Amino acid sequence: MTTTDGLRLAIDIGGTFTDTVLMSAANTVLATAKTPTTPATPALAAIDGAVRVLETSGVHWSQITTFIHGTTLATNALIERRGAKVATITTDGFRDILQIAYERRYSQYAINIEKPDLIVPRKHALTIGGRMNAQGQELAPLNEVAVSDIANTLRAGGIEAVAICLLHAYANPAHELRLRALLRGELPNLVISLSHEVSPEAREFDRLCTTIANAYIQPLMAGYLADIQRRFVEKGLGCPVLMMTAGGGMTTLETAARLPIRLVESGPAGGAILAARLAAETGERQVLSFDMGGTTAKLSLIDDFRPQMSRKFEISRAARFIKGSGMPVRIPVIEMIEIGAGGGSIASVDTLGRVAVGPRSAGSIPGPVGFGKGGTEATVTDADIALGYIDPDRFAEGRLKIDRIASEHALVQGIGTQLLLNAEGAATAITEIVDEAMASAARMHAVESGKEASDRLMIAFGGNGPLHATRLARRAGIRRILIPHDPGVGSAVGFLFAPVSFEIIRSYYTTLQAVDLEALNALFASMYHEAETVVRAGASQGMLTQRRVAFMRYKGQGHEIEVDLGPDPLDPADIAQLSANFEAEYARQFGRRVPGMTIEVLNWGLSLSSQAPALAACPDQPEIRLPSAQSTRRIWCNITDRWQNAAVFLRSHLGKGDRFAGPALIIEPQTTTFVSADFRADIDGRGNIWLTSEQETTT
Amino acid sequence: MTLPNTKLQVMWNRLLAVVEEQGQALIRAAFSPIVRECGDISAGIFDFEGRMLAQAVTGTPGHINTMAEAVKTLRARFAVQEMKPGDIYMTNDPWIASGHLNDFLLMMPVFYKDRVIGFTSCTSHLVDLGGLGMGPEGSDIYDEGLLIPPCKLVSEGEINALLMEIVKANSREPVANEGDIYALIACCEAGAKSLSHMLHEFGINDLDQLANYIIDTSRNATIKAIATLPKGTWHNTLVVDGYDNEIELHAFLTITADHLKVDFSGTAPCINKGINVPLNYATAYTVFALRCIIGPEIPNNAGSLEPFRITAPKGCILNAQPPAPVAMRHTLGQMTPDLVYGCLSQALPDIVPAEGASCMYDLPLRHAPETGTSNHQQFAVELVFNGGTGARPTLDGLSATAFPSGVWGSQVETTEAAAPVLIHKRELRPDSGGAGQYRGGLGQHIEVSSTINQDVLLFLSVERVSNPAKGRNGGLTGAKGRIRIDKDGPDLPAKGEFRIRGGQTLIFETPGGGGFGPPHNRSAQELQSDIDAGIVSTGAAREIYGAPE
Repeated sequence: MTTTDGLRLAIDIGGTFTDTVLMSAANTVLATAKTPTTPATPALAAIDGAVRVLETSGVHWSQITTFIHGTTLATNALIERRGAKVATITTDGFRDILQIAYERRYSQYAINIEKPDLIVPRKHALTIGGRMNAQGQELAPLNEVAVSDIANTLRAGGIEAVAICLLHAYANPAHELRLRALLRGELPNLVISLSHEVSPEAREFDRLCTTIANAYIQPLMAGYLADIQRRFVEKGLGCPVLMMTAGGGMTTLETAARLPIRLVESGPAGGAILAARLAAETGERQVLSFDMGGTTAKLSLIDDFRPQMSRKFEISRAARFIKGSGMPVRIPVIEMIEIGAGGGSIASVDTLGRVAVGPRSAGSIPGPVGFGKGGTEATVTDADIALGYIDPDRFAEGRLKIDRIASEHALVQGIGTQLLLNAEGAATAITEIVDEAMASAARMHAVESGKEASDRLMIAFGGNGPLHATRLARRAGIRRILIPHDPGVGSAVGFLFAPVSFEIIRSYYTTLQAVDLEALNALFASMYHEAETVVRAGASQGMLTQRRVAFMRYKGQGHEIEVDLGPDPLDPADIAQLSANFEAEYARQFGRRVPGMTIEVLNWGLSLSSQAPALAACPDQPEIRLPSAQSTRRIWCNITDRWQNAAVFLRSHLGKGDRFAGPALIIEPQTTTFVSADFRADIDGRGNIWLTSEQETTT
Repeated sequence: MTLPNTKLQVMWNRLLAVVEEQGQALIRAAFSPIVRECGDISAGIFDFEGRMLAQAVTGTPGHINTMAEAVKTLRARFAVQEMKPGDIYMTNDPWIASGHLNDFLLMMPVFYKDRVIGFTSCTSHLVDLGGLGMGPEGSDIYDEGLLIPPCKLVSEGEINALLMEIVKANSREPVANEGDIYALIACCEAGAKSLSHMLHEFGINDLDQLANYIIDTSRNATIKAIATLPKGTWHNTLVVDGYDNEIELHAFLTITADHLKVDFSGTAPCINKGINVPLNYATAYTVFALRCIIGPEIPNNAGSLEPFRITAPKGCILNAQPPAPVAMRHTLGQMTPDLVYGCLSQALPDIVPAEGASCMYDLPLRHAPETGTSNHQQFAVELVFNGGTGARPTLDGLSATAFPSGVWGSQVETTEAAAPVLIHKRELRPDSGGAGQYRGGLGQHIEVSSTINQDVLLFLSVERVSNPAKGRNGGLTGAKGRIRIDKDGPDLPAKGEFRIRGGQTLIFETPGGGGFGPPHNRSAQELQSDIDAGIVSTGAAREIYGAPE
């Protein structure tokens, strides 16, 4: 079904803009479009973008063989609370799984915290008799006679969707399945999400939350997905619509409609996929992906050309960037850290007389002061304007007029007067704080995974990524940076390199010595079968890549380490190797392995994916050329701490092999790359910009 | 060279990031359940003088201030000129480290250009140090297990093997203890490495200027926050359940222009059970509670802690002296926030919350000694449950939520997978939140039994079974805690060792928080919402809140 012979179209509907990219079979971008998102009917902007790229490149709908779509609709429905009216059904005696959660305050010193809103109020939390134990044995049968009362309560409450989460359903789903069948009989139109299908892992609070989130957006997403397919088919699209997931793979509309929760955060996932692709093309095994937009910065680690994966993230946080303040959702997701540091992040002075930046953002409306759309508080972008890094005449192809005087005025008013700083002093303070915050986030994120941020290649994109890349790199100990083509639409480009994939995690607790290989191999076989059905629906031909992992730890620990298993059924001889692999990974993360410990396994994972588009051959190293600048600009040099001239280049005029030293600015329609004085820029054979620190070039 | 303030600020942020990294690494590598589930750790960075510059936010209030003082003590005990790169010092002395033997504190000198420029330190809770184990039954510190005076654990990178053998030989959980000590070593080493990287990166040779900046800025901000408070002295008495008899705790809070003083004079003397509290630990929770109200945004360091001064007569139960037993010092230690809030609320009636359940309800369950030797039958789990927090002056209390401790509750599915227990029920207790204009948080109702029909031992050390959380400003008290075996069994006292026979069910109800403001001031809408949710019964709504028939 999906092939890479023809043209591929990707559309990423974001909160502010809808990005469209058309790519050739040879992986060349033919056209891109950025159209304002149309929130009332998101498909309109998508169609508009598609029509534009097709017209620009003179291509007909029928030539498109792959269409990949990602949308923030699922995320926004959760954030803006536009989902269905949901009730929960849990096991008798456990009505308050949601209220009790982990019994924890997310902020230690904050007396007046409020817990996150977890969608379902207690009055819509119902229970039913019946009980499984942790081994999946039935202790008490499902109380089937209670179902008609439950149905009446649901009817009376005007409930549109139900999240069913019975204790230990991950070990034995019989009661959940039976309850669904009985409820269907009573209420044929009720949308039902079962916890063992949405998130078959132990820990009832997390599983219930994931099931609720899925049920909440299911009616809305089902309608949206049907609508977008109909509209594109009417236009003449002949290939199926594939949806981008948070895990960085594509899935069919059918799976997307059944498990819409897997569609959240697909845009950022596209960016990480792009970075992974570039890592593979350039042979870089350790990469930090850096995507900085208007409101947030997102960082993710890419090792051996694969984005780091996680099984948990949080939605609707009560305190936006505080871990633990939100609703946990357990789905396969590309691991990234998101912090409130974007171009629109607002700067202020705190009670200790320190500069603080974000997480409050001026967003796109009113936006930075310098954009002249009503913003009054100094932002990161205002600091960049005042320091000369943004050319007022060439920003956004000259479509937006920049008011530098207004930016400087706001910097002095908001920050400078309190700290006795002039505009450039205030601007310097803001950028130092925001760059340090991002560097700290990068380091913390790496440490949490037992890795290091420094010495990686940074791949920077997003509207503000190329502008802050060298400044962040210096603080994070990074010496090399790559800026790809079209960094402003990086996520949509990334969609086009995603495989069709599906990932399943199952709980099966055992120590390594006591593992029942027959049962384990049977478990993997059933997981493979389930994943294969889903993946083949989107990629009927071609090889599939399988990855099996175990989540292991020393018995007695609370944190698991992911260890690769290889694709084949396990035999007794593999156990010793598995143990050695775990200990090697442990020693790498914690410095020393702990002698004489029992090793246990909690969860097992399997992911299956189609082949991503093949890599192009590596072009020859181009000959070095020394281009002359289009012009110069006065900028504040953050290395010499004084104003000096920077060379200005237009990216469209740069060619393979071009090399020049910082300070310099490279301007393109959607962003500017700032080459600080301690970095050098090179254009490689593919047209990527490489920034290398002096430290690196001299060693 | 004088560094500009923005550079110092960036370095300060870096120090905070470094300690947070240390803390995370420690939690991830931990074996002790209370550490990995509840973050019972601390990690910090100290200057050459031993002044604390940064402490991880991750962690529990029990270590606030204790580590700051402990490093000063250790720093004074050993000569700096004799310290070598790779050395690490250690102690679990309750009066130096953190109030009981389980808490191990490590301190490592950090070298840069062949000179000591500061120290990293961390604390973590080890599972078992022998003796009578985690429980209040010891009659002196010697009953409670192994005490290791300040000593050198690692010498130029070499672990002292004999010391490690001693720690293991004196524990029921030798493997976990060894694993946790490894985690502490890794934490110190990682912090030291990051710190010397930082000096190199910023091109400085010592921490002196940064240390002064951090400490002065934090002290000044704290004093500024104190300056806005009313001045005077306020007294409060808190009666707690105690072991056999109720115990009176007293506090005098004095607010001056530039510091706060709390004195526990009048507090009852120590008893011969392990619920006595060393002053370092009582101080930790007291200062934590005060800092939640006064300058909560200011990071913890020698400067922000300096204006808080806590004193108590020697030998009172909040200033236990050796060899008093102290294993369960957290039971009363976690009551000190309510004690001191009783003073502070007189000065700041519109800011301070009502009393809460406060002491966490941990439920250590262990197989009975005569149980067979099969792995299936032997188990030890420590389940942690919480009651409701006190209502806040403008918000309801939080139901089933830890305060002041930072513990996490356990999940039913993981508990049942790890131990032969079945949890029959875990729900909020309707009407347990103290009534008020703002309602106290609710407690929980939990029922547990053995799945293999064996006797199980329960070690209780909780509070608020006889003395419920009081409301404030006309708010009513929260429900008392209640513990019994089987529905018609007698109520158990708050502390002691009990046996749950095979086939019996332990029923465990955690306390509710106190209310704030008179109940009849509660908005009709909020009340109706509580009734709809089944949190307040219609009877209570009528009788206590005065809702119309």
